[in-house]
Amino acid sequence: MLKGITKAFPGVLANDHIDLTLRGGEVHCLLGENGAGKSTLIGILSGLIRPDEGTIRIEGVETSIASPRRALELGIGTVHQHSTLIPAFSVLENLMLGDNRRLRLDEDGARRRLEELAGQLGVEIDADAKAVDLALGHQQQVEIVKALWRGSRVLILDEPTSMLTPQGVAELAKVLERLKEHGQAVIFITHKLHEALSLGDEISILRQGRLVGTIAPEVMRATPQEELRAEIIRLMFGEDARAVVDVAELREELAEAEPEGRAREHEHADVVLELRGVSAFGEGSERGIEEVSLDLREGEILGIAGMDGNGQRALAEAIAGQRHATHGDVLLYGAPVTRLAVSARQKLGLRYVTDDRLGEGIVGMLPVGLNLFLKRVGESPYWRHGRIQRAIVDGRATELIREYDVRTPFVSTRVSTLSGGNIQKILLARELSFDPKVVVFHKPTYGLDVKTTAAVRDQILKLAEGGGAALVISTDLDELLEICDRIAVLSRGRLVGVVSSGPGAARQVGELMVGAETVEAA
Amino acid sequence: MSSETAAREGPVAAPRHRPARSVRLERILDVVIRSIVPVVLALVAGGVLLLALGRNPLTFYGNIWVGGVQGTAWQDSAIRMAPFLLIAAGLVLIFRANIWNLGYNGQFLLAAAFVAGYAPTLVTEVPLWLAFVTLFLLAGAVGAIWTLVPALLKARFGTNEIITTLMMSFIAIDLASILIKGPYHDATTPLPQTAVIPFEKMLPSIPGTRIHVGLLVAFAAILVVHYVLTRTAWGLRLQVMGANPRAARHFGIDLPRLIVVSFLASGFLVGLAAAADILGLWGYIRTGWNPAYGDTIIPFVFLARLNALAVVPFIAFFSVLSTGGDLAAQEASLPTDFLLVLVGLILLFMTVIEYLGRRRELGASYLPPGLRQALRAPLLRRRKAA
Repeated sequence: MLKGITKAFPGVLANDHIDLTLRGGEVHCLLGENGAGKSTLIGILSGLIRPDEGTIRIEGVETSIASPRRALELGIGTVHQHSTLIPAFSVLENLMLGDNRRLRLDEDGARRRLEELAGQLGVEIDADAKAVDLALGHQQQVEIVKALWRGSRVLILDEPTSMLTPQGVAELAKVLERLKEHGQAVIFITHKLHEALSLGDEISILRQGRLVGTIAPEVMRATPQEELRAEIIRLMFGEDARAVVDVAELREELAEAEPEGRAREHEHADVVLELRGVSAFGEGSERGIEEVSLDLREGEILGIAGMDGNGQRALAEAIAGQRHATHGDVLLYGAPVTRLAVSARQKLGLRYVTDDRLGEGIVGMLPVGLNLFLKRVGESPYWRHGRIQRAIVDGRATELIREYDVRTPFVSTRVSTLSGGNIQKILLARELSFDPKVVVFHKPTYGLDVKTTAAVRDQILKLAEGGGAALVISTDLDELLEICDRIAVLSRGRLVGVVSSGPGAARQVGELMVGAETVEAA
Repeated sequence: MSSETAAREGPVAAPRHRPARSVRLERILDVVIRSIVPVVLALVAGGVLLLALGRNPLTFYGNIWVGGVQGTAWQDSAIRMAPFLLIAAGLVLIFRANIWNLGYNGQFLLAAAFVAGYAPTLVTEVPLWLAFVTLFLLAGAVGAIWTLVPALLKARFGTNEIITTLMMSFIAIDLASILIKGPYHDATTPLPQTAVIPFEKMLPSIPGTRIHVGLLVAFAAILVVHYVLTRTAWGLRLQVMGANPRAARHFGIDLPRLIVVSFLASGFLVGLAAAADILGLWGYIRTGWNPAYGDTIIPFVFLARLNALAVVPFIAFFSVLSTGGDLAAQEASLPTDFLLVLVGLILLFMTVIEYLGRRRELGASYLPPGLRQALRAPLLRRRKAA
């Protein structure tokens, strides 16, 4: 169906002669690291990007997908990674948005269509519920219905599991089965190997813009899982496979075999960070936090699990001092810091690695070197009498760049030209140097490739071993299970429970996440 | 996406300090295209316009040279530069913080009214140097204080400073009139104006020229602003706030305080411009006088890409244009307003070039930022090559 698709961006061939064949009734997994070209390929299929070369045939007819509208007309529906639903609209209103064929909205027709599609998927959807009130798993089902709305033949799911609980993933797998029964072709994009293996009929592996291998359905069925996995890892990472195989494997094992975890005993260690009934307002569509209490001990890594938008940002910012706490106290080494400004808390050793790396973590137009020191502006020895000491700043920056393995051509390169992984390394270098004591990590590995992810986790573990304490807020449950001693679950702005890492932790956390949501919804 | 791959394959070795020459060349090209091309295009288009009006453009531009540079004419141009440069310094400073102080006309006139009001008595009663220092500081203080309301509103409530500074500007212009007609009115004349400073008590000239020392103050201000912006911790904070206020908050920068201080500094510099102009050139002020220097130079502040040093050649260019333009327009029997046509053309071509640079981004807003970045780069490069 796709032949020789090529798309070049400056300095990189995002897609280099990629051939892909989709068949109805099959789930085709696209597997690859970040930057492998998955998004570009999807952009081409959904009409957002035009290929430089190559042809697309649909049922044998050569077609060009010139616009997103054309893609819909051709029956290519896309479910993007992040919700595109309008929160204040009802499910039905959201679905009717795409219906601009007639002037008058056909509400009854839409209701019938929704029932029909929900029946096909085997799910129940409340047409009149507001999108904002739906759990993420349900929102995703609405998104799928929306993609199928105009009669889709190809359904593209872009990282659909990244926001789901383990239970949500299981439900999605059932939906996929139903779609296959109805003859849909599904493209399933993921960077998680175990998902590709369990959900896919056919797997295509992308690496650095090239299609490096396709595993046909017959082969998938005939080969044992272990062999497939080894083969795919080799394809995904090529020559580097040996270097990352441990990491990738580790993650897989952990995800499946319920780790014994690293739950060490910290009960006798000193409490370094304590929250006592802290409340803070949310911003925009994000939830605030209410009455959050927790304590973090020396050498401990405490995870905060929960779906995005449940108050994570409010929690992180209330601790860092970027957001005003309306109630409660934040204590550092037993002393309240609630009234201290961001910079004062930094000086006490409280650090915050923000999740919004581009939005607030860096100043893109400034060079790498300066960005490493933006939290110490005016401090000696880098500034003397308010005057910058360029040589000292650049010298120390060069050391940090080497220490944290930031790949930048020059100290003076503008940060905005670096990749997400390198920007995250800059953030880590900035927060973890200069004697950190308590560090809040907000989605520290979100969107990073496997190697950088491993490096970031190593840094977190190193911090804890060195006597520091870490609060890791993440939506990736596997990650929390891997590195945390305890995991607290944040749901609708409240901490609904704490689970010690260990056997069964994944299930318990998942139940807390889901349980809290159903209770609230009822 | 592109850089990720590039970085992965790139050198791991210790980074060097200097950017590659091609990067610098690219930046120079960028400056040429964005800053100098609009001026050249405006002069060419102005020439075509002159031809259409039946005048010889070469003669016209030649007369500008004669009237603005030749002989001692360059000194007249230089005198015009003083208030321009001081206002430009004040604007560059605050624009870099991404704050738009558009109340410069009011800040200027009110400071000018205070200076013209107190100068005639002060210069006769205290040593001259002390009078000048006092008057400059007074003017600066008046300009600064007049920014305080917009500054506090923005710092406390995030009120849009474009609106508040403009409103305050209108109030200041009328307040200046009231002061000139009221307490500062020269009782010896029925005209609504202040007493005139005796000629020998005006700002002294730079030896060997007619240029008053206000120009030196202006150059000093430009250098100080440039130094502060490029070398000091305060300047870095200011630019971080301007580039990314959310990041500034994340880095622990005290935003409200920084907003207020940068407003005060901007108003202070605009006030200095008033002192230099009244004490060095006019000697008095009359109601209804509003040279609107700020409006005239704002295009050049942007052409200089908010770089304090780069402002100087543009302001020099405009000063020559406006000084020599008077003669050239007279010779060609055109109204002097023809010069405004040239400024208008510069603005027009600036907008066109800005538009060409951004046009392709407009339709791309639904792309994820990473992709947009990747798409934007080749277009920018192609435009530069063209």
